[in-house]
Amino acid sequence: MQFKSMVISNVQVSPGYFRMRMTAPPAIVAATPGQFVMVRVRDAIDPLLRRPFGIFDLGTFTTEYTDCGRQTFCEILYKVVGKGTEMLASLHHGDHLDLLAPLGKGFAAGEPAEEKILVGGGVGLAPLYFLAKELAKTSKVRLFAGGRNKEDILCITEFERLGVETYVATDDGTLGDQGLVTQVLEKHLAATGGSKTLFACGPFPMLKAVAGIADRYNLECQVSLEGYMACGVGACLGCVTKGKNHSEETPDFRCVCKDGPVFPYRELKWD
Amino acid sequence: MAKPDLSVEISGIKLRNPVMTASGTFGYGKEFSQYLDLEKIGAIITKGLSLRPKAGNPTPRIVETPGGMLNAIGLQNVGIDAFIQEKLPFLRTVNTPVIVNLYGNTLEEYGALAEKLDRLPEVAGLEVNISCPNVKQGGIVFGTDPAAAAEVVGLVRRSTSKPLIVKLSPNVTDIVRMADACVSAGADALSLINTLTGMAIDLEKRRPVLANVTGGLSGPAIKPVALRMVWQVSMAVTVPIIGIGGIMSATDALEFILAGATAVQVGTANFLDPSAAQTVAAGIEDYLAKNGIGHIKELIGALRV
Ligand SMILES: Cc1cc2nc3c(=O)[nH]c(=O)nc-3n(C[C@H](O)[C@H](O)[C@H](O)COP(=O)(O)OP(=O)(O)OC[C@H]3O[C@@H](n4cnc5c(N)ncnc54)[C@H](O)[C@@H]3O)c2cc1C
Ligand SMILES: Cc1cc2nc3c(=O)[nH]c(=O)nc-3n(C[C@H](O)[C@H](O)[C@H](O)COP(=O)(O)O)c2cc1C
Ligand code: FES
Repeated sequence: MQFKSMVISNVQVSPGYFRMRMTAPPAIVAATPGQFVMVRVRDAIDPLLRRPFGIFDLGTFTTEYTDCGRQTFCEILYKVVGKGTEMLASLHHGDHLDLLAPLGKGFAAGEPAEEKILVGGGVGLAPLYFLAKELAKTSKVRLFAGGRNKEDILCITEFERLGVETYVATDDGTLGDQGLVTQVLEKHLAATGGSKTLFACGPFPMLKAVAGIADRYNLECQVSLEGYMACGVGACLGCVTKGKNHSEETPDFRCVCKDGPVFPYRELKWD
Repeated sequence: MAKPDLSVEISGIKLRNPVMTASGTFGYGKEFSQYLDLEKIGAIITKGLSLRPKAGNPTPRIVETPGGMLNAIGLQNVGIDAFIQEKLPFLRTVNTPVIVNLYGNTLEEYGALAEKLDRLPEVAGLEVNISCPNVKQGGIVFGTDPAAAAEVVGLVRRSTSKPLIVKLSPNVTDIVRMADACVSAGADALSLINTLTGMAIDLEKRRPVLANVTGGLSGPAIKPVALRMVWQVSMAVTVPIIGIGGIMSATDALEFILAGATAVQVGTANFLDPSAAQTVAAGIEDYLAKNGIGHIKELIGALRV
């Protein structure tokens, strides 16, 4: 759906990272973790295109804005990287945005009995929080979070409050283990048994490494991809990624926006 | 006052209003159906179709530039057979004319495609994209050479009795010569403009941003060029013209109509606002009502120079 939304809060959670809460129509609660929103940052032609962000959280809160006293909201967690996110960061309570949401296909929850392992790189943690909230209701959840330094490790206490067991790795060792999050993940998997499912979101090289681990340990694994998007609804074919059967003769391009952003890793071509 | 009349006709295709969706920016209609009323726009123009499915270019395929965007999708599409099986059934349920945009990489492909489309009653007309390379002639773009363009248009003309719209490339020095060549070869109408070839560079990486190196520029940045070309062509030909390029609002659309366009297409604006085409059509109606104009035809080519 397309809707006008009001900014409720927009706070810096770490240098360069913001968490923004926005009003949303009640129907937003049908969204599944891994789905995303397309935000029109300004009602102008600069920036021109909407910007995509994963849903970090959603729910209802008590407010004086509505008659019944309850207002549905959705939240995004974003990193300031350019013009659009800089403008977002300058918004305040009461400012308005235009949203398309929820878009795309989210994560499939899988069997409750299975242990759930979430792997996030940097701001890739964003959709994993909404996912953890859902999964933690029925399953054991562990989070492996990675980044360059401690400032890239976001909202860890929020995850812990859900009962999620967290493991952190940073390139410079300023928080958690020094090294790659995928190394910490692999060490954990090597030392433990049992049936597990992996859910990952982050930079492409990290996802590729996680897919490799899933392959070696024969685990189910869903990854959330990014792509440069214009429409967000499967029309422009800008955001595509290669499906497993892709070749020049038998094109198998999948839309990240519509067929994804979440894919079982076996559905994709990783070269 | 009576409601203003927005209906126009493009070579036999009756449109309830002059606002269509531009090829490649609106998928096959269904993708946008939850965001607007498809029966409140003039026509739906589909993503460019080819005879066989086409893979398209590697990514990145798009990048935003000031006031516009570059795309190098590479004409990825499902091909005519999948279009008929998977996309047409939905379009059949919508009471709005469907115009199929088509292209080929050889003359023969254009002909074969037009013949197949000619047999489909659901297809109200064809829009021929001539902004693609002719692989048999060293990749020279059909739409930049009047003789090559005339050859394509002539062949398609002989392959179909449906209304034939030819979509012009702006990447030429003399757009009027191209327009004349296409009309002489049998075009019933002209649509313009397609995207302007451009590029974007990443200074840090010292590389082009798009995997294809160059791409087509669209959006508000190209509107002045498009307006100029529509105006020039409208003075030179008698067939109806469909104006395209950076239309974001009813004001933009009306400017094209003043410049000589009978109808317009909304492209990049669909990405900013998925209901843009409907909003533009409603805005035109408001403008006519406010200004006491009974029929949109009063504004076509009404520019005072
Ligand atoms: C499905 C999806 C979910 C995402 N979720 C999040 C999230 O939860 N938090 C977060 O911080 N970021 C997320 N991103 C990335 C975010 O969309 C970009 O960082 C943002 O669009 C940058 O905009 P900008 O104007 O600040 O940067 P710009 O200066 O415009 O561009 C900087 C870089 O951002 C990327 N980018 C720019 N525009 C787009 C676009 N329209 N589509 C995709 N990428 C673009 C490009 O790689 C570009 O090089 C997500 C992207 C996708 C595709
Ligand atoms: C992502 C994208 C894909 C396009 N694909 C096609 C196509 O398949 N065939 C075609 O004739 N034009 C195609 N176009 C060109 C548009 O139909 C239109 O001519 C152009 O974008 C200018 O209009 P605008 O500024 O309103 O977008 C495409 C444009 C974009 C942005
Ligand atoms: S963003 Fe347009 S198809 Fe995915």
